[in-house]
Amino acid sequence: MSQEFVLEARGLTKEFRGFTAVDSVDLQVKEGTIHALIGPNGAGKTTVFNLLTKYLTPTRGDIRYRDKSINAMSSNEIARLGMVRSFQISAVFPHMTVLENVRVALQRPLGNSFHFWKHERVLNKLNDRALELLDSVGLADYADITTVELPYGRKRALELATTLALEPTVMLLDEPTQGMGHEDVDRVVELIREAAKGRTVLMVEHNLSVVSKLCDKITVLARGAVLAEGDYATVSQDPRVREAYMGSDDTQVEGAH
Amino acid sequence: MATTDTKISAAQLAKQAENRRRNIFYLVLLALALVAPFVAYPVFLMKILCFALFACAFNLLLGYAGLLSFGHAAFLATGGYMTGFLLSTYSITPEIGIITGTLASTVLGTFFGILSIRRQGIYFAMITLALAQMVFFMYLQADFTGGEDGLQGVPRGNLFGIFDLSNNLTMYYFVLAVFIFGFLLIQRTVHSPFGQVLKAIRENEPRAISLGYNTDVYKLVAFVISAAIAGLAGSTKTVVFQLASLGDAHWHMSGEVILMTLVGGVGTLFGPVLGAGFVLTLEHQLSQSFLGDWVDVILGVIFVVCVLTFRAGIVGEVQKFMKKNFN
Ligand SMILES: Nc1ncnc2c1ncn2[C@@H]1O[C@H](COP(=O)(O)OP(=O)(O)OP(=O)(O)O)[C@@H](O)[C@H]1O
Ligand SMILES: [Mg+2]
Repeated sequence: MSQEFVLEARGLTKEFRGFTAVDSVDLQVKEGTIHALIGPNGAGKTTVFNLLTKYLTPTRGDIRYRDKSINAMSSNEIARLGMVRSFQISAVFPHMTVLENVRVALQRPLGNSFHFWKHERVLNKLNDRALELLDSVGLADYADITTVELPYGRKRALELATTLALEPTVMLLDEPTQGMGHEDVDRVVELIREAAKGRTVLMVEHNLSVVSKLCDKITVLARGAVLAEGDYATVSQDPRVREAYMGSDDTQVEGAH
Repeated sequence: MATTDTKISAAQLAKQAENRRRNIFYLVLLALALVAPFVAYPVFLMKILCFALFACAFNLLLGYAGLLSFGHAAFLATGGYMTGFLLSTYSITPEIGIITGTLASTVLGTFFGILSIRRQGIYFAMITLALAQMVFFMYLQADFTGGEDGLQGVPRGNLFGIFDLSNNLTMYYFVLAVFIFGFLLIQRTVHSPFGQVLKAIRENEPRAISLGYNTDVYKLVAFVISAAIAGLAGSTKTVVFQLASLGDAHWHMSGEVILMTLVGGVGTLFGPVLGAGFVLTLEHQLSQSFLGDWVDVILGVIFVVCVLTFRAGIVGEVQKFMKKNFN
């Protein structure tokens, strides 16, 4: 085990009633890099995320964060450690305002989150910081809108701002550009590039042009196991990878060249 | 950012205007509540206030934490029995009896909550129901509850040793004060830093967890507050009617509070109050008419109609209507 890896998994396995969704995966994420996890539909990428953040309990395997075992930790403890995830389907709080979405992430360190007898206006002192974060993802003008009214791409941007509010050291992003049009994709790519400064990012991404633009290292997953690993050039040349993508995402592999 | 600032203040102005309107609304209601006992039968009004408080407590859990408890009767009954037993047995003042009854429900709520809070959806409802049934059978068997007869003739006593509660008008204003206290506590809880987290949990629990919140603990706190206020309602009700009975512990009661909350409007502050008033008035009117035997059926039909056609309840639908037409 080495200090240069901020997040390490060894022999990570998840079985669902006999079906092995994740099969002895070894993963090493280097501090300060953007690391992609790719693979065809159903390869087990989201499940790996769920295991790393304890939304699912691994059947077997070890997870270490900064060389310290986090096997016994719960999801919320892992988040407080600085490893914050997003979700494949956009995860916002739809009936809170855009500002409140970010503010609820900023709120926890104040230590008043159990104070049910205090007026919520004590949270107003967080508004400036919340607006700053919204501004950084181009949402400052939407601060008072109820989140459910935002278009999809903007929701994903809001999600990113909310994640950034926690100042995470490691961000796990599950398909941040999924379901977006071209312009939105380009914007989110820029946002991620900006957000990744001084942090480590592990992201699942189907759009290989995004991967080629952003990522330092790529791990390819197929049927729950690691198929290949390396930088974009190495991985995209790998015949096994191309075969795994045949049929489902063949065009994308080709298109990304 | 200049545009943002002006926008924020515009939104804040709108919010202030809304708050002002709401305050006026509450002041008018308060004035009505103050004169009401001169127009209507005070005991019936007190009944409405007690059940309104009970429904508000339930709504805190369902409307603001997204948890459907099917065992809230246990908290109403526990407050009622504890207060009834203490006031009948010892010479203590009613407020001490009510506070102790409320504490008893709080303790029971903590116990229920710890056992159930990790479960989701229907499993949560089932566990709370099962626990409440256990409490029901316990009260059926126990000595201090008076079994099937319940505790009758509980003395109302003198509030703080000074105000004679056997006077219905005095009793009424005391119940009104208790209700306002409970209502404001809920209102504050909803609009507190805690309330924000609770809202986030209701909206998207996995996301709230990923922001570092130990959501089970927040839900537990909401559950305990709800149980405490339900207990307060039960304790107060026992003093009003000088009676604590098994009916309060029966699962019917847990169902009735769901009905009141749904009809009035889940997740609106005032909905449960209106719902309680509506259901109790209807029950009262029907039981005195030739339809007396059909009360349960008619309430059932209303329940179905409500769930099928106006899910937001009376207050929720009015709010929707206002938003659509006056914005
Ligand atoms: N809770 C579960 N119970 C049973 N099987 C599951 C569960 N979660 C995932 N699976 C299965 O595990 C496999 C991997 O699913 P996963 O969601 O991790 O894939 P993925 O790589 O994220 O796919 P996609 O690209 O479609 O998001 C799938 O076959 C899926 O059906
Ligand atoms: Mg997935």
